[in-house]
Amino acid sequence: MSDLTKLTLSTARDALHKKDISAAELTEAHLCAIDDAKELNAYIEVTADKAIVMAADADKMINAGNAQGMTGIPIGIKDLYCTKGVHSQSSSHILDGFKPEYESTVTSNLWADGAVMLGKTNQDEFAMGSSNENSHYGPVKNPWRADKENGDLSNQNTVPGGSSGGSASAVAADTSIAATGTDTGGSIRQPASFTGLVGLKPTYGRCSRWGMIAFASSLDQAGPLTKTVRDAAIMMESMAGYDPKDSTSTNTPVPNYEAALTGDIRGFKVGVPREYRVDGMPSGIETLWSQGIDWLKDAGAEIVDISLPHTKYALPTYYIVAPAECSSNLARYDGVKYGLRVNGDSLDDMYKKTRAAGFGDEVKRRILIGTYVLSAGYYDAYYLKAQRVRTLIANDFKLAYEKCDVILTPTAPSAAFNLGEKVSDPLSMYLNDVFTVPASLAGLPGISVPAGLNSQGLPLGLQLIGQAFGEEQLLAVADVLESAAGFKAKPKKWWGDKS
Amino acid sequence: MSVDKETVAKIANLARIEVSDNELESTMGELNNILDWVEQLSEVNTDGIEAMTSVVAADLPLREDKITDGGYREQVIKNAPLAEHGFFAVPKVIE
Repeated sequence: MSDLTKLTLSTARDALHKKDISAAELTEAHLCAIDDAKELNAYIEVTADKAIVMAADADKMINAGNAQGMTGIPIGIKDLYCTKGVHSQSSSHILDGFKPEYESTVTSNLWADGAVMLGKTNQDEFAMGSSNENSHYGPVKNPWRADKENGDLSNQNTVPGGSSGGSASAVAADTSIAATGTDTGGSIRQPASFTGLVGLKPTYGRCSRWGMIAFASSLDQAGPLTKTVRDAAIMMESMAGYDPKDSTSTNTPVPNYEAALTGDIRGFKVGVPREYRVDGMPSGIETLWSQGIDWLKDAGAEIVDISLPHTKYALPTYYIVAPAECSSNLARYDGVKYGLRVNGDSLDDMYKKTRAAGFGDEVKRRILIGTYVLSAGYYDAYYLKAQRVRTLIANDFKLAYEKCDVILTPTAPSAAFNLGEKVSDPLSMYLNDVFTVPASLAGLPGISVPAGLNSQGLPLGLQLIGQAFGEEQLLAVADVLESAAGFKAKPKKWWGDKS
Repeated sequence: MSVDKETVAKIANLARIEVSDNELESTMGELNNILDWVEQLSEVNTDGIEAMTSVVAADLPLREDKITDGGYREQVIKNAPLAEHGFFAVPKVIE
């Protein structure tokens, strides 16, 4: 088979189980593709030797009749996950040289099922960003470029979204079959929308956060970036599960998510929130959203008009809560325990110089905001106020789910924008997450499904938001939406070997 | 509410991040932009609303109080920029 990198996870799994292909050749094909796509900067470190060993082990598992859904599937791992003895820096300078002595629970789960690690993927530093331009290792390029009016491909690079931009770019360019991401305010779903992929953020507590480098602990969740909804279901099942080492992980059995993809959503109630019609949203997104409503209606779902009245306050709430948690979590980087140290005249001076040199601009900005909103005299006005509004946002969803089963919205307010376009304007960058942040604040699962291309040929996603631990229903609707949209487009190759 | 240069310097000190005098001005501008924008939350009536403490309703699990992990000092200090005699080493703090 010459085009092993074009396989989806589910088709690769089926071919592996039937022994039509081997894990070794599948991994080899993806390592070649990575080599050819270096200019995308999607990977920070390629673990080729490890991948070859893991693939050989996977082939043994298959031959012994012990194959699981992820056995032999080569994947990229976001740098934020601690992987034993392998680069794990959350794309930050301050963790220079850090090689964990332990493995995160989510990656342990994947390896136990026989998945193969291709390498660590680039991201925004500490997952703070929406364009993957905040990485110590440089920006990631989106494999998708806009079409010019004459139909030629533009030379202008676009961003892959963020913060899981390296994972998104790696999968979209067929350099990995799937990849892990993490989502705090949209960091899986928005990059999925920008790169024509499926991105699933499960319910808070569904995956263990143990061994994930923390950003905002009440929001961070692991999830997959994949080529199809079926792929997301298979990978999610492997990643999820209770972990005594994370006191916020939920002790309920992990369902067979793939079995939920029945194709039948007759009688499901799909809520459409009127507050998500924001000013200045491109007409292409508005049209696609209406089309999505029609597709689900045609499949037998009932469309319900709903209201989430506190939607406009979700972003400002997020930009108090997330920085507050980040300022606490990132206090651990002090030049003592791991990573970078810049010497100073005293212990305090060493801390300050290390943190000034080790953190990038956006991370510093958020630490300072977080320190301010938690400081004496301002805690009530900012942090407590935000946590109260957060309760109201969660209540909005609770009320809405008395009338519907899932909610349909756009994933992001635009398609991928140009590299460098928003880098000097933090606020306009924050607005990228306007549709993804509310579900994050409420701890709800969300999935982005590729649904069409805009007038410039760039992908656009639609988001479905589910009820807490309603991943099965969410995936069932996403699967129907995916079939109806019939999104088959691939980025035109401009990198590496063009032949 | 907005912050002045003195407040920015104070926050930076609390956060243990060195900010030079010529960075203070631009940092102040950036922080004030964000603080002005989040100010819109003051429109929301939150009287009698409880602040969220846990996003998913769950009781914190309890376990037996016994040692289940540990005993690997070498691994703990392995990534330290400076370690001496099995300890993390820091600049002198006592004269």
